[in-house]
This record gives sequence, C-alpha cells and structure tokens, in this order.
Amino acid sequence: MNTRFDMMLPRRQTILGGVALAAGAARPANAQLTIDMTKPSFEPVPIAIVDFKGDKVGADIAGVVRNDLQNSGLFRSIPPSAFIQQNMDPNAPPRFPDWRSVGAAGVVVGQATTSGGNIKVDFRLWDVVVGQQATGLSFTSQPDKWRRLAHIIADAIYKRVTGEEGYFDTRVAYVAETGPLGNRVKRIAIMDQDGFNTRYITDGKTIALTPRFSPTLQEIVYMAYGENNAPPRVYLQNVESNRRELLGNFPGMSFAPRFSPDGTKVVMSISADGNTDIYEMDLRGRALRRLTSGPAIDTSPCYSNDGTQIVFNSDRGGTQQLYVMGAGGGGERRISFGEGRYATPVWSPRGDFIAFTKISGGSFGIGVMRSDGSGERMLANGFLVEGPTWAPNGRVLAFFRQQPNSGGRAGSVTLHQIDITGRFERQMPTQTDASDPAWSPLIPQ
Amino acid sequence: MRMIKALTAIAAMILIAACSNDQQAAAPATTTVTPGSVADFRQNVGDRVFFDTDQSTIREDGRQTLNRQAEWLKKYGNYQITVEGHCDERGTREYNLALGERRANAARQYLVAQGIPAARIKTISYGKERPDPVGSDEAAWARNRRAVTALQ
Repeated sequence: MNTRFDMMLPRRQTILGGVALAAGAARPANAQLTIDMTKPSFEPVPIAIVDFKGDKVGADIAGVVRNDLQNSGLFRSIPPSAFIQQNMDPNAPPRFPDWRSVGAAGVVVGQATTSGGNIKVDFRLWDVVVGQQATGLSFTSQPDKWRRLAHIIADAIYKRVTGEEGYFDTRVAYVAETGPLGNRVKRIAIMDQDGFNTRYITDGKTIALTPRFSPTLQEIVYMAYGENNAPPRVYLQNVESNRRELLGNFPGMSFAPRFSPDGTKVVMSISADGNTDIYEMDLRGRALRRLTSGPAIDTSPCYSNDGTQIVFNSDRGGTQQLYVMGAGGGGERRISFGEGRYATPVWSPRGDFIAFTKISGGSFGIGVMRSDGSGERMLANGFLVEGPTWAPNGRVLAFFRQQPNSGGRAGSVTLHQIDITGRFERQMPTQTDASDPAWSPLIPQ
Repeated sequence: MRMIKALTAIAAMILIAACSNDQQAAAPATTTVTPGSVADFRQNVGDRVFFDTDQSTIREDGRQTLNRQAEWLKKYGNYQITVEGHCDERGTREYNLALGERRANAARQYLVAQGIPAARIKTISYGKERPDPVGSDEAAWARNRRAVTALQ
C-alpha cells in the first residue's frame, strides 16, 4: 500500500519534562495502561481516543480506532462526551489530571492532513497513569487507505498495552449465505476484520465453501461445485484480478484445502471410490503427493506454524479424532482423547495451541488444546458452532454459529470472535448470513 | 376414487410406522404416471435410501429400495445415474462432504452388485449443504442422512 512509517519521537525532552511534573500526582490504583490477557481475570483498560485534528477524516479515524479496541474486549472506550479537556494540541502532553478524573488509563491524540494526493496521519498514546508518552507513529499513504491507517494505529495501541501483536489490520474471508436452505446460495466474500469493504469473489452460481488465505493475502483457495452436477473441486483464486485456476483436477471430489505457511504448497483432501485421503500439491510444479492412505476419512488438514507437521481429523479409530503427522506424511499419532468427536483442527500461528470443533452430547463446541493434545479447554458451545480460525496473533479466534432451523426456515448463521480465554465473545458484522470464516494474516505493509 | 384414497391412507400409515422411507418413495401405484419416467421412478420405486448417524452401511430397508431401483434401471436402460450423498447437519462441513461421498459410493456399489454397469453411475456428495427436509430435529436429520438416485 506504499505506506511510510516513522517512529514519532520528536520533542522527547518536553515529554520527559512532563513525566517529572506528572510523577508527583496521585495515581488511581485500579487503572493501568497494561493488561495481561492470559490472566484468569482482568478489567478492560479504560482508554480515551480523541477525534484526530486536521481533516474531517480525523474524526472517522478515531471512530475506527475506538471500535477496534472496544471490540477486542480488552479495552473500554470512554465516550467522547465525557472528555474534559477540549481542543487539544496533538503534539503537546495532555492535561493528565483531566484524563485521570474521567478514569482514563491512556489517551490517544492525533492529526490527519491531506496534501498532494497523500494523507499524513500521526498519533500519540499517552500513559495517563505515569504521565508520559507510551508510543507514537507517523504514516503517509493514499487518502482512500484511511481505514487501514486507523487499523494500524489500533494495532500499535493494542501491542503497546497488551504486549501482543494486534490483529485489526486484517481481513476475513467467509461463505456468504442467502436464500432458502434447500437451495442456498453460498458465495465467497472477503471483508475487513471490522465488517467494512465487503466484496464477493465468486458469483454464487454454484456452491463455494471453505475459503483460506495465502500467507500474502494475494490468493485464496476454496472448494466449489461445478456446473451440471460436476463434483466439487479445489480452486486457487487471485483476490485482486479474480483470475481463478482449478487446482484439484482429479476424477473425484477435492476439498478442504489449506496453504502451507510459506505459501508454496496446498494440502487438501481428495476422494476416490468413496474413500477420502490427504494429498499435498506443490504449487511450483503442480506435483501431487499422497500423504495418507487406508479406508478411513482423512480430512481437514492444517499445517503447523513452522510447516513441519500436519494436524487433521480421521475416523480411522471408529470416530472422528485429531491426528498429527509429518508434513510429508508418516508418523501419524492421535492427539485427542476426550469424550466425543473432534474435527476441523487449526494450528495456531504461534504454534502453541490447536483449535478444534468438538461434537459431544448432542451439542457443538469450539475448544483449544496444546499441540501435543494436552490441556484441552472449551471456549464456546452451542447448538452448532464450527470452523475455528486464528487471528494472526494467536490470541483470538473466529468461528460460526448456526441456530436451529424451524418451521422449514433456516436458522441464522453468524460469525463470532472469541479470545483464547473464552471470556469475551462478540458477533462479527456481516452483510448476509455467514459461515466458514478464515482470518487473514496481517496485511503486508 | 374413494377406493384409491383409502389405499393411499393405508400406505401412509405403513410409511409412518416404518419411519424410514420417504413419502415419495415406495408408494404403491396409486396415481397414473408414465411408466419409465422420472416421476415413475420416484413414486413407484423410491429414489432415496437412508442411513444411521455417521454410518454409510446400507440398511435392510435401503436394500429393498435399491433392489427395486436396480430392477427398474435394468428395464429402462436409457438413463444415466448420479447418486447424491447427503448428511444431516450434526457434523462438520468438511467431514460431511467425505461422509456423503461414502454414502453415495455405498449405494452405487450396491447397484453395481445388482448388475447396473458401473459406467452408468456417477456419484456426488453434497455433505450437509442441501438439506431435505429443512429441520433441526431427529426426524429431519434421519431423512437428511440419505443417498438419492438422480436420473439424467
């Protein structure tokens, strides 16, 4: 996107001077500008985001930042109507006592100026508790990229406060569902993580399912049915040009595709004579290699974050369970041993956890376990929850919830996000019913 | 006319008691359809068989339906056949695609064993993507775990 980033550290002397002055002031004991999201309980960090000065878009940018942080569950955005200090100089320290008295642990100020076909945005996060600048950045980009700049600012604030990478400058691909269930239209859609800029990349003439991003976000792989009852097959599609290519050109059905972390391979399931196994396709020469064999259903493969292993689900032991094998096949071992059926394993981009869908006792759940199968923990349950996908920081998941059908009518199908403790779940806005979310990596800058 | 209605009522009672066949399946010839037509196949032969949860084994009631299908398909050799495998909504999407494929293939193999040429029969899995009927109770799920023989 041709964006320039500079750490904004001018006037350091002035800022440090402010620290000395502020240090003597009383601090509220309960509000800190840090949060440990892995702790069993915490209070969201109260933060004040002031409308950015300069162009009118400055207020819009602040609104996007507020929304991102609030929706993470880790922040509480203090409503601007409560602010005491008005007309702030975006480069000068705020009046810290004013912000302490509204309960803010941090205050964000910034400005946006457009000139010569570029937009320049800078911001500072002030730590109200200790009375100094916590972080600050300056960006230059094209004016129509202002939403992305806002997400990048929200990511910087999230990182400074939580110590974890942000996930706001990302997209989510999903299956947009419309029409009656018996003849449902299912199209692949891509939107910004906050629900904006939705576009549809398949036309809906045939059912398309299970989109997954390449590491660069340039391409997705998904499964789509053919015209005239042709079996479903795996396609690779460029999301900019929409040029698509048939990857799974085999006699039987191919499905459940996923990229390797380096983007050079796609792992998928292929069916022949009713039997389903896992194959790897090298995208550089389209060479196909079989990774599993035997009469069981082996599907939903997903590479480990380092690309050396693959987790998948198989009913080889009688019911669906999770197995791990080497990325080239072999060494298969079962890792799920709880009660019920386990499906759709997804390896965290950090490598520490595997998320899954569990079907047990007539209901569905989304859970995580460590990659060796230990430490299983359920995060969300419901009539039908399915299809976890990791945000790039490995600390937040998305999945979908389907409500029961009744009276011949389809129950709603919606996307949700939840943090890894299971404490904070929220519905993600979509234009239509939606399933099969795939969270992208951070958009390359 | 009254006689035909009475027969239909009895047939319906039997179907409810059996609790496994489709309404359009296995009904005796109470209406006039052209012999050898798709409507004839659906009404008088039965176009679908049902499966137990997470299973792809052809049940006894399914064998009877498939035996009738095989007889009919031998008599009317001009049709190409696609067996569609379906699942209820109580599984995950990808696994259900594979399970639907297994069910379609089980029905196909049974028909081939009854003498239908393998080259006449294609399979396709719809997983849980095409529910019929639409519902979220045991009765709807039982009807959705199905393999449907579609004629072209």
